[in-house]
Amino acid sequence: MFGYYLHLAWHSLRRNRVLTALMVLAIAVGIGAAMTTFTVLHVLSGDPLPGRSGELYYPQIDPQDARGMMPGPMPPEQVTLIDGMNLLRAKRADRQALMAGGTVPIQPDASSFDPFYVEARYTTADFFAMFGAPFLYGHGWSGADDEAHARDVVITRQLDDKLFSGADSVGRALRIKDTTFRIAGVLDDWHPNPHFYDLTTGAYNYYEQVFLPLQTALELHFDKNGSNDCWGNGTGGMQGGAYPSATCVWLQFWVQLDSPAKAAAYRQFLVRYSEEQKALGRFQRAPNVRLRNLTQWLDYNGVVPGDVRLQAWMAFGFLLVCLVNTVGLMLAKFLRRAGELSVRRALGASRRALFAQLLTESGVIGIAGGSAGLLLALFGLWMVRHRTSDYAALAHLDPAMLLVTFALATGASLLAGVLPAWRACNVAPALQLKSN
Amino acid sequence: MKLHPMIAALRKHKAGVVLIALQIALTLAIVCNAIFIIGQRIDRVNRPTGLDESNLFLVTQQWVGAPSADTADGVAKLDAMQKEDLAALRNLPSVASVAPINSLPLLNSTWAGSVSTKPDRKFSDKGDNVRTAYYFTDDQAMSTLGLKIVAGRAFNAGDVQHQGFRDNPPRPIVIVTKALADKLFPQGGAVGKAIYVDGSSSPSTIVGVVARMQVPATGTWVNGFTWNATLVPSRLDANFARYAVRAKPGQMEAAMRAVAPTLYQVNPLRVLDDDSVKSFADIRAHAYRADVGMAVLMGVICLILLSVTAAGIVGLTSFWVGQRHKQIGVRRALGARKADILHYFQLENLLIAGSGAVGGVLLAIGLNMLLMKHYEMDRLPILYVLVGVAAVLLLGQGAVFVPARRASNVPPVAATRVA
Repeated sequence: MFGYYLHLAWHSLRRNRVLTALMVLAIAVGIGAAMTTFTVLHVLSGDPLPGRSGELYYPQIDPQDARGMMPGPMPPEQVTLIDGMNLLRAKRADRQALMAGGTVPIQPDASSFDPFYVEARYTTADFFAMFGAPFLYGHGWSGADDEAHARDVVITRQLDDKLFSGADSVGRALRIKDTTFRIAGVLDDWHPNPHFYDLTTGAYNYYEQVFLPLQTALELHFDKNGSNDCWGNGTGGMQGGAYPSATCVWLQFWVQLDSPAKAAAYRQFLVRYSEEQKALGRFQRAPNVRLRNLTQWLDYNGVVPGDVRLQAWMAFGFLLVCLVNTVGLMLAKFLRRAGELSVRRALGASRRALFAQLLTESGVIGIAGGSAGLLLALFGLWMVRHRTSDYAALAHLDPAMLLVTFALATGASLLAGVLPAWRACNVAPALQLKSN
Repeated sequence: MKLHPMIAALRKHKAGVVLIALQIALTLAIVCNAIFIIGQRIDRVNRPTGLDESNLFLVTQQWVGAPSADTADGVAKLDAMQKEDLAALRNLPSVASVAPINSLPLLNSTWAGSVSTKPDRKFSDKGDNVRTAYYFTDDQAMSTLGLKIVAGRAFNAGDVQHQGFRDNPPRPIVIVTKALADKLFPQGGAVGKAIYVDGSSSPSTIVGVVARMQVPATGTWVNGFTWNATLVPSRLDANFARYAVRAKPGQMEAAMRAVAPTLYQVNPLRVLDDDSVKSFADIRAHAYRADVGMAVLMGVICLILLSVTAAGIVGLTSFWVGQRHKQIGVRRALGARKADILHYFQLENLLIAGSGAVGGVLLAIGLNMLLMKHYEMDRLPILYVLVGVAAVLLLGQGAVFVPARRASNVPPVAATRVA
């Protein structure tokens, strides 16, 4: 029976080509616009570390003096070097890492390369295990290496490809800013988006190429990137090898806490730490701590650009208008065929059968519109990629979104077909036939 | 023409009428807000920075193995290197003037602070402090950037100091924008008065006021102080430096091409990559790329939306014309002129579009309130709504004309034929 309905639908759609084209086009542009903006929104609000994000927390404490640089009750969004080292060495979490971003010159031995600058992350041993960074060769450095200011470096596969043609470079030497480092490991492709662990360097499409121990970087006065907030007499060093003073926050501190109970205990620890520091006279404010997990941290920072959300809303409004339009056109089309439908009714087809037939027709329109909409969405995403925004390169349609596109297109057109089909199959056959 | 027979006729096909009205209402709501967004973005992109932007470009460069800016000795060496660069660039035949500067409007690299008319003010003291962004530059800033002095004087060579990037020495003289001067000294006469930067206890004398200069950042966090810039006559010494360069008219390209070889000749140990020499036009395009993209997207959505709605009206009205073929014939046979039939469909459309527009106005205001709550939007001016209403009514009339013309061409003899 379904085959017969398809056949009927095909005939009916061919009979009135302009109207059919109009309906398919309306659904296509609606779906195209909605899916383009929704895909961008989906990509940008994605989980950077699926499966791990629930266990990662970003502790915030408030070391500011009483007069305070930043008004309001929120503690600063980064930590000072002293507090970062204290919390790191306290080892109260399952894993913890203190970090800052920077830029370093790489000075290859081979004369075929001029020195070049790459983005770097200065961090501590647990970074790789905590964030699940995959190693292609070798491994990270140890906590002991951290304290020993080891000249160890982890590079990315991209840098390994560039310098060593992709060979296993573990153990080889790499000169960074006039200092020789030993390559401890090579990371496989790893691009968490958003760049959650340090949002101050840009939330999207920011990748470091070298990772080296924080204390080594500090000792060697490597340049730092990112922001710093100071209070009191603090001054912020930006570049030139000077670091912000003790009353500036400029490092990120992350912890891994495997259970909610541990998270609660860690929050208590942060409060106790703040009280202790206040007793010592370093902190002047009452304990003011936050312990957000990764997802909450991204939400709090409003990482997804407001424009992208706004565009998604507008595009869904647009889709709604396109659907209302399709409902109107289908209504006209179905009601115009009242005569034909009445004949089928008179010959014994049930209302249910007519309803199924008409819905089949709207489903065909939906699938056609969805396919065209998919092409439009692919075109739209191509346009987004060619715009120079920091997230442009990420705008790709993944299989899940592909499925959503089709489900949305077919579902929407079936929904659009329900009212017209219902009205059409309720036509009184006798009256209709008589008037003809 | 009496309206009540028309309304009676419309009640016969409620579903179609409601659908068209709904579509017009939604279209109006979305188009009003989208056009408002476009207008806002265009205003933002078109606001002048206060600079003479033509023939202006920026050089950003970094030295490799430069001395540390932490020691007095290092700072002196860095300053000497910077002065060598400046001299070399100023000697280029295609260059009119050069000024070292830490940032430029629209560059989004901001040194923000606050100034007060009283010493030792804390940041938290509201009312006393005015937020500002600092530009550290020298005596050639006015001519290089094309800033207009409206009171007092420009910096002269004797004013210019230099400092390590991290140092925070007193700033004895400054130039402020008119916006900042008006905020600090509402009674006027800012020139010669002292202000205190960042809660400092040593005064900074305002020697001049410039008409307008935007702060570097374009984000929403500078919304309160977009025009409050403070210029400090001091070269910043670090392992990187920025130079604003004004080329002689018509020699912009030559000047931009000459920069890299000239600087490498002064000192080859530096990094100058593709992004290092940027015209101000590029800086502007980069700063506003998201706004331009948003405006274009909203424009495209509006256009397609209006076309889809027009097509929907054509489709449904054509159907009604077909359905009423016989009745039209009867009316014509009873003496109605072609124009009467045409006007009937036009008036019918006006009625439907009008009721849709009423709903649309409410929806537009509702959508605007929703967007105001969640995104950075201002209140939708009523003018936009009125223009939107006029637009959808015109759109309806335009769309209905073709099927209505067809209806008016139905011959009176159709009354006698079987439909």
